[in-house]
Formats: sequence, structure tokens, C-alpha cells
Amino acid sequence: MNDDRRTVLKAALGLGLGLALGDPARAQDPEPRRARPRPGDRLVFASGPRKGKSIRPRDLSPNGEPLTAWPMDPRTKIVRDDSRLNEILLLRLEPADLSDETRARSAEGIVAYSAVCTHTGCDVWEWHAATKTVKCPCHFSVFDPKDGARVLDGPAPRRLPALPLEVADGVLTAAGEFVGRPGFQPAG
Amino acid sequence: MISRRALWVFAVVAMAGLVPAMLAAQGGGGYASVTDARLLNPEPHNWLMYRGNYEGWGYSPLDRITKGNVKRLVPVWSFSTGVTEGHQSPPIVNNGVMFVTTPQQQVIALNAQTGDVLWRWKKELPEDLLQLHPTNRGVGLYEDKVYVGTVDGKLVALDAKTGKLVWEKVVGDYKLGYYMTLAPLIVKGKVIVGLSGGELGIRGFIAALDARTGQELWRTYTIPAPGEPGADTWSGEAWKTGGGSVWITGHYDAQLNLTYWGTGNAAPWPGDMHPGDNLYTSSVLALDADTGKIRGYHQYHWNDSWDWDEVSTPLLIDARRGGRTIKALVHPARNGYLWLLERRADGIGFVDAKPFVKQEVFTAIDPKTGRPSYDPEKKPQTGRSATFCPGLWGGKDWPPAAFNPKTGLLYIPANDNLCSTLEGLKQAYEPGKLYLGVDRPKVTMSLRQGADHIGELQAWNMNTGQRAWTHTFKYMNWGPVLTTGGGLLFAGGTNDRKFRAFDADTGAMLWEFKTNSGVTGVPSSYAIDGVQYVAVQSGWGVDAQRMQARLDTFMGTKTDVPQGGVVWVFALRD
Repeated sequence: MNDDRRTVLKAALGLGLGLALGDPARAQDPEPRRARPRPGDRLVFASGPRKGKSIRPRDLSPNGEPLTAWPMDPRTKIVRDDSRLNEILLLRLEPADLSDETRARSAEGIVAYSAVCTHTGCDVWEWHAATKTVKCPCHFSVFDPKDGARVLDGPAPRRLPALPLEVADGVLTAAGEFVGRPGFQPAG
Repeated sequence: MISRRALWVFAVVAMAGLVPAMLAAQGGGGYASVTDARLLNPEPHNWLMYRGNYEGWGYSPLDRITKGNVKRLVPVWSFSTGVTEGHQSPPIVNNGVMFVTTPQQQVIALNAQTGDVLWRWKKELPEDLLQLHPTNRGVGLYEDKVYVGTVDGKLVALDAKTGKLVWEKVVGDYKLGYYMTLAPLIVKGKVIVGLSGGELGIRGFIAALDARTGQELWRTYTIPAPGEPGADTWSGEAWKTGGGSVWITGHYDAQLNLTYWGTGNAAPWPGDMHPGDNLYTSSVLALDADTGKIRGYHQYHWNDSWDWDEVSTPLLIDARRGGRTIKALVHPARNGYLWLLERRADGIGFVDAKPFVKQEVFTAIDPKTGRPSYDPEKKPQTGRSATFCPGLWGGKDWPPAAFNPKTGLLYIPANDNLCSTLEGLKQAYEPGKLYLGVDRPKVTMSLRQGADHIGELQAWNMNTGQRAWTHTFKYMNWGPVLTTGGGLLFAGGTNDRKFRAFDADTGAMLWEFKTNSGVTGVPSSYAIDGVQYVAVQSGWGVDAQRMQARLDTFMGTKTDVPQGGVVWVFALRD
């Protein structure tokens, strides 16, 4: 949370507005392993032989297979891996292929999105190099990571929320929060 | 087999007994308690469980709607659930009260005559839940309660009159990939359920909970642990993540006190990742209803490599073979063979198996044991692609077959001419993650050259082992089948949103109605005040939708089957 937001939230609490202006999930869930990624969080490998290690830009090859990552609090070194909704999908694309908005959130051509499909919550992905798209193998929703992960096909109702990135101390780092709510939203 | 006369007498007696109960139900507050006796002999005017009876027939003795008048069938009410995805549960009806379930875990009680809502229960699902199969296949009824298994692995008991929560128990941990979509089986005060999650590397099991308290009474794993019988059919640690999920309601033989359950495929998909026969995956299990002890099994195919779940429970029917009547288990399998087995107190015997769709994987069936031999070229392995027919969804997936005691025919919703190509790719198991062991982008589906159709509705005479008729559909058929005393079949299942009636003797289509969405719901039939109703949910999704996406991919088409669930109730126009 940045200082401005903290001030606003404090003011809201002072005015008796409770949590209405804040993020209720965060305010009610102080457990750092479940908290959503925060600006400054380092990204670490979610699986594989380097699980838990920081991810550097060179760990992703342009137009290559995506990686999944967890956010890690750089101060406490706590990995926020106790909620699937924190899982992050990383892809490295050609900066020239990215939409302006997506390029602004990217770092060295690397883009980050929630790894949880907005349809029914699956979290594994197929990379289709020919179309530079990602597809969920559960129900075949297709997203365009070059353009904000908008939905190109399939049952997903909305895009994958993006996570702005930067490179700090040579490692991939969250430059903001998810731009939308990760995960599926049941009807009714 | 029950004679026609016996059925007719039974119907008259049951209808006579119904009137006071109906008056009570309509007078308010008079919910008819569901007893063991009623579950053993369900009244013809009701639909008290997933397939209407413990034998799993999908048969209603009601005969007001006939071949002669079915053209006058019209919708009398409908109800929009407000939910998308696959609406598969049958409208289950107890003396004028209908219960339906929806994806995202709602249970809705409706006045079955008017469509008025009595109550609606919604469950808040965990925000981090993964739903590979967003659906539910219905409630179980016992005494004054309604039971539903949830997609986050819980079993819930609701008050049938109010919809209020009575108890809720965790049966399987959703974070490990366990979930439930089946309608519970109720036997003598026990609520018996199976757990899904084979594609997430679970170890499947069946559990019985006390209907009144929710206390777990027994649990039987479908995969033996080291030291248990059958453990030698597994290697190393593979049994721990070996699949064998159970996601379709079991059937019950009261004489033998045995419940029967179909089990899912071994996980992950390629067989070389779990060497051995892999008991009791792709099998039918006979479990003692009181203790859960395994009393018998038959494995349809060993070391599955094709995602051929055999979760559909065999139908309990009598069949004549070799001059004697066999108390049979009949299973039109996902592996494309129609299995005739014998149920006995001491086990399950193999009688006969023959393909009901074009099947290119099996090269022979052992005439004594029923064990198939395979063409190794058709068996996908790690790093080696194989094309096989029928494909991933098999000859018949979960949509249940039906049996009509009047025609003596078994009705199978089938898909033919579809093939799949797979290549195994090793992957590390991670709890709660998709664990298929295949190179996913390389999974493809294809149509057999020269094929002129995919979907089929087949009728088989189980006394002769011969096919009686086949009705074909250009595209796939995902339609559960209802058959009735009026000599009819009802089924949807096609991507054109239609719900249809067929002549049960000939397969001729007699009536059709275009619904809001594709019909993959289990149809049911019931009667109130002498009026016969046919009810079904329309709401496309889950595997029918997935198969459509695969078809569109290889055919270069784009088919829009609209989503959104609606309960449809039909009756004859005056």
C-alpha cells in the first residue's frame, strides 16, 4: 500500500467509514502469506529446481515458455504462497508487440498477470508461440498477453488482471498491485 | 425382470397411497419423510433419487404421456437458475416438491406443479477454488433432509422444508484437489459419496456419513495402500496420486446389501507413469453397504492411458444368457465396450463384452476373465504420441444410460467416430494442480475419415446381446436418457439446444423442443393430481462445451451454444 492510500484509509477509518474505502480482503487478512502482491515484492520461482529463488529477466526467453512466480516480501523474505490467487504468470515478449498500456506495465518486455483463470480458477497454462497467446487447458479460454490479457476466445468472462513490473536490484519486482481482482467470480 | 402386470398393479397401489400424502404436502408443512421403504420401492409419481431407483434404470413407470400423444407436449413452467455452466442434475421430486442443484453450489426447492420457489440455498465457495468441472448432479433425500456434495469437497445436509443448513462436513480437502459433483447415494441412514479429482492427482475414495449427524462411518479408498490386497498392481509411490476418482452415484442391490461404484482412470494419463494394472481404477467396485468393505470388483481395462474413466455405475438388471437369468451389471463403458457382468454375494463375474462404437485399442478380450489385450501402437506413452479411437471422452462419458423393463432394452447415449492424439510428458506432482502428464498443446482430436455422424442413441437387447436400433446425430450427444412406461425416451445432449422424445421400441423421433441452452441435464418424470410431467435442466457447459471447442478447432468452425440454466417442465396440452 502506498502512503497516499494509507492516509486515505486512515482518514476513512477516522470518519467512521470503516473499510468501505479500503481493500477489505487486505484489512481483514493480515496474514502475510495470503496477502496479495504489494509494490516492491520480489518475484520468486513458484516451482521447479529453483523454487523460491528470485527471478531475473534473463530467466525468461523472448517468446518462450511462461513461468509462474510467487511474490515475496523483500523485508521479511516471506513468500506469499498460501493463496493460489497470488500466483503470477510471467511471459517475455517483444516490447514492440505490446499495447501501450501493457508496455507501460512491463519490464524489459516481461509482462505479469494473475495465473488464475477468471473462468473457473485453473492455474496452468499453454503457451502458443505462433499466436503469442496463452490458453487455459481446463476450458480453453485464450488470452492475449500482448494486450492486457484480454479474452480472445473461450468462456472466460474477463481478462487476467495484470501486475505492473519493474526490475529492482536485477530481479523482477512488483511495481504495483494487481490492476483487478484475481480469480473467478461465482454467479448468483 | 418385473412383469408388466406387476408394474401396473404396483402403480395403482402406489397412486392410491399417494392421495393423502399429496393433500398434506399441498396443505403446507406436510413434507413427506423419505424412508428406507420408499427408497427401496419409489412411488411411480415421484423421482426420489438420481436415476429414479436403486438399480439405476432412469425409468419412470408413468404412462400418461404416450407415443400417440407426445406431440402435444408443451412447457407448463420454467425457472431460470441465474447460473451459467453445466446444469446436469435431475429434478428430484418428492410429493410435489422438486429439488434441483446448479453449478456454483445452489440447491433450489420448487413447487413441482406451479414452479413457485419454496427456498433457495447458496454456498459461499472459497475464493481460491479451482473448478475443473463446474457442475453438480443432484441431491439425495432422506427423512426430512436434503443432501448435497459440494465442489469444495464438503457434504451438506439441509432441512427439506426450509433449506436451512443442518450440518456441513469436510469429506475431502479441496486444496489437495478433492471435490464432489455426484448426487449422494442414500442407503439405510447413510449418505454415501465419492470424491472427484483424478486429474489433480488425488487418491480416490468412497465415504459413508451418518445421515442424521454427518459423522463419517466408513471410508474405502479405490486404490489400495501398500500391504492391502491389490497393492502389488502399483509401483513405487504412484498409488498416492493414482486417481481412481468416483463422481457418479452408486447403485444398490438390497438383497446382497452391496453398493456398486464405477471408478475413474489411473492418474496421470499415460500408463507408463504408473506401471501395473492399477487396481481398482477403471473398475466397478462392490462395497458392503454397512461397512464399506470391498466384496468384489471387475476392472474393465488395466493401466489406463486414455483418460477412460469408468465412473458410470453399471445398471442392475436381469438378463437371459445361456438359458439362465443372470443378475447382471450392465455397463456401456467409456472404453467403448458394452460389459455384461454377474453380481454375486462373493464377487463380480465376467459374462460378455463387445464394442458398441468403433474401438481400435483392444485386440482381444479374455473369454474367462474379460481382461483386454491392447494394440501397443494405440497406447500413449511418455515421449511417444499415439492416436486412439474412441478418443478421450470415450464411447460414452458420464451421461447415464437407461433401461426400460417394458421394452427390455438398454439405451446408450454414445459418441462414435472421434479419435484423440496424446503424448506423455513427465511433470512433477504439486498438490491441487492439474496433473495429466501430457504435452497439453499437442493434445488433439480428429474425426475418423469418412464419418458421417458423431452422436448416437443406441438401443440394445441384453437378452440377446444384439443392438435393436440406432438413432444418429450429426454432432456429439451428451444427453442423459429417461425412459418411461409410455414407451418413450427423453433426451437432449446436442448442440442445437433441443430436447427430444423418441419411440422406445424403434428409435423414431416423435417430438422435439428448442430450449434456451444445450441440454446435458438428467431428465426425470413425476405426476401430481394425475398429470404426468417431464422435467429437465437445460444449461450447456463442462465436457460438452470442451468437446465442442475441440470440434470447432479441428473443423475450423465456431459454434455458439448459449449458456445459462433453466428448469423446464413439460406436460400434455389439454
